[in-house]
Amino acid sequence: MRRGAPPPTIRPAMLLESVRTPFRALAESVVPETSRLDESGWEELERTIEGALASKPVKLRRQLGLLIRAINWLSVLRFGRRLARLDPSRRTRFLSSIQDSRIRLLRVGFWGVRTLVFLGYYGGPEGAAAIGYGATPRGWEARR
Amino acid sequence: MTEREYDVVIVGSGAGGGTVAQELGSLAREGARILVLEKGPKFLDEDFTGRELEMASALYEDGGGFLTADRTISLAFANAYGGSTVVYTGTSLTAPERVIRRWGVPGLDHADLVRRSRRFADQNGVHFLPEEEINDNNRLFREGAASAGYRAEQFPVNVRGCKGSSLCNLGCPNAAKQGTNRVQLPNAEKSGVEVVTRAEALRIEDRSVVVRVSDKPPGSKGEPSPWPVGEYRIRAGLIVASAGAVGTPALLLRSSLPVTLPRLGEGFTCHAAFILVAEHEREIVNFVGHPKSYFVDRAEEERYVLETCMYFPFTTAKNLVGFGEDHSRFMRAYRRLQMILVLACDRTVPGNRVTIDRQGRPIVHYRITPEVVSALVAATRASAKIFFAGGALRVHAPSADPTVLERTELGRVEERIHERHFKTGKMSLSAAHLMGGCAMGRSVGDSVTDSWGRVHGIPWLRVADASLFPNALEINPYLTIMGLADRVAEAIREDAPQLLRRRR
Repeated sequence: MRRGAPPPTIRPAMLLESVRTPFRALAESVVPETSRLDESGWEELERTIEGALASKPVKLRRQLGLLIRAINWLSVLRFGRRLARLDPSRRTRFLSSIQDSRIRLLRVGFWGVRTLVFLGYYGGPEGAAAIGYGATPRGWEARR
Repeated sequence: MTEREYDVVIVGSGAGGGTVAQELGSLAREGARILVLEKGPKFLDEDFTGRELEMASALYEDGGGFLTADRTISLAFANAYGGSTVVYTGTSLTAPERVIRRWGVPGLDHADLVRRSRRFADQNGVHFLPEEEINDNNRLFREGAASAGYRAEQFPVNVRGCKGSSLCNLGCPNAAKQGTNRVQLPNAEKSGVEVVTRAEALRIEDRSVVVRVSDKPPGSKGEPSPWPVGEYRIRAGLIVASAGAVGTPALLLRSSLPVTLPRLGEGFTCHAAFILVAEHEREIVNFVGHPKSYFVDRAEEERYVLETCMYFPFTTAKNLVGFGEDHSRFMRAYRRLQMILVLACDRTVPGNRVTIDRQGRPIVHYRITPEVVSALVAATRASAKIFFAGGALRVHAPSADPTVLERTELGRVEERIHERHFKTGKMSLSAAHLMGGCAMGRSVGDSVTDSWGRVHGIPWLRVADASLFPNALEINPYLTIMGLADRVAEAIREDAPQLLRRRR
């Protein structure tokens, strides 16, 4: 490819579709409030994440999918159960061990996945409102 | 490919490019054809909604998620008419004398640089906000710093009619912040300078720039480009690269330049930073009011600076270490949170540099040194003391394990916050002050340009942005970039009779 040519992109869907079960289990551990989401809430969260990923390089998107699968299978190796089948406290301990891994690549990967979950939850208006965030262009005027 | 011809082409419209454009207004009024190319769009006032994800994805490179090669630091810079001046907080400081002396650039005089910077500070309406516009988040920092023995100074800011939306980093929704999009670029256009947006400079060839003008994506913000979509070769008597500390080295690296520049891309540095958060017992006013009113400058002594800040929900969530219930508890306390941004004043080290990949896209190689870790840890300890002195109940410190310090642990701050807990890849590090890559200096052996932004050995090519910095500035950089850009414009005006192919 010539220098300066636009990077290749792939169809924005559906990275999360292919890893939906482990992703949702992981998301519930990262932001416990997501366990109260109904199906449309999950779809909104996943749509937000897919939207942010749409412009990312193909390689990065593949790596994210692989990482979620790898976390799922590491759970099988360690506990004999997939991530979604672990009870919440064990799942949290397991994910904490990945976050603190001595392998920097694993730490970076987990940081990326948790960042996406935060983006999907707190980046939306409901997530922001749930924590009382209410900045407005009117600033002081809106407060007085 | 469409061919066009100008006297001067400026690539980039931020603090550097926007300033050069304004300062070449006299040439434009005399009939010189001057063109500014901006990769991003020109946003309409109503585009600035303050909604976090929507604005971040519209304004920032990679939606604010541009990562260093090892993916441990996010670098924030904008693509827009006005460049990153659209998204800064407008804090306006001039270069410290000690820094310019340490830079040791022959011909660069501190007094001259500051004189020029102050002229732009005046033009941009820089002033101190009155006490009634200081919110609790800032006031608590000032009071906590005084109680804990630190000297907090007030930031002068470049706002006119600030309403205190706190949304500066998402583009001011009230047109109050005086970035180049509000001041220098409109002035340049009044003088006859042409600004073309959605125009990405692909490469520089012999006295020409190859540019791709893109269509406005459906449903996106901003005006369409004034030029038809397509590729252009723009011939010019003089080219000014002002695409920032990532964009300019990358542009020059993918260009066919007539001389070899061994230092090109080298010497990249930044003020690596992270956000610290503390929880108060009661609600405080934090997301109303200008977010950045005070700072503590410990750059000379301990190589860090503390600044007040207030970030949006997703950015805050991302910056807290960890996940799960402990993380959610802090997020639920959002209206009771106080925030401090800690910045390390990193100095250039071998290996930290900008390169390009096979497609010509920039790759930033940047590794955190032990000195930076020590500076960030010292900054975190100081911040914890300031938080507690201001009445905070608990502090979230990424370089502590466990990360939450209760007020009862004030006496254990040095022990609890420690280098041994600093783990890249676990913490959210970011930087918005990006510097170097086309450093000023003496010769091609130690630098890319001279002190007037002239690229060594290429009289028709100039650089005017933060990539000129030969090392960290140790303060917010925009006024210094403007001062340097003013020098670049002065040199261009002097060299114009020899260099420009006038078409009048």
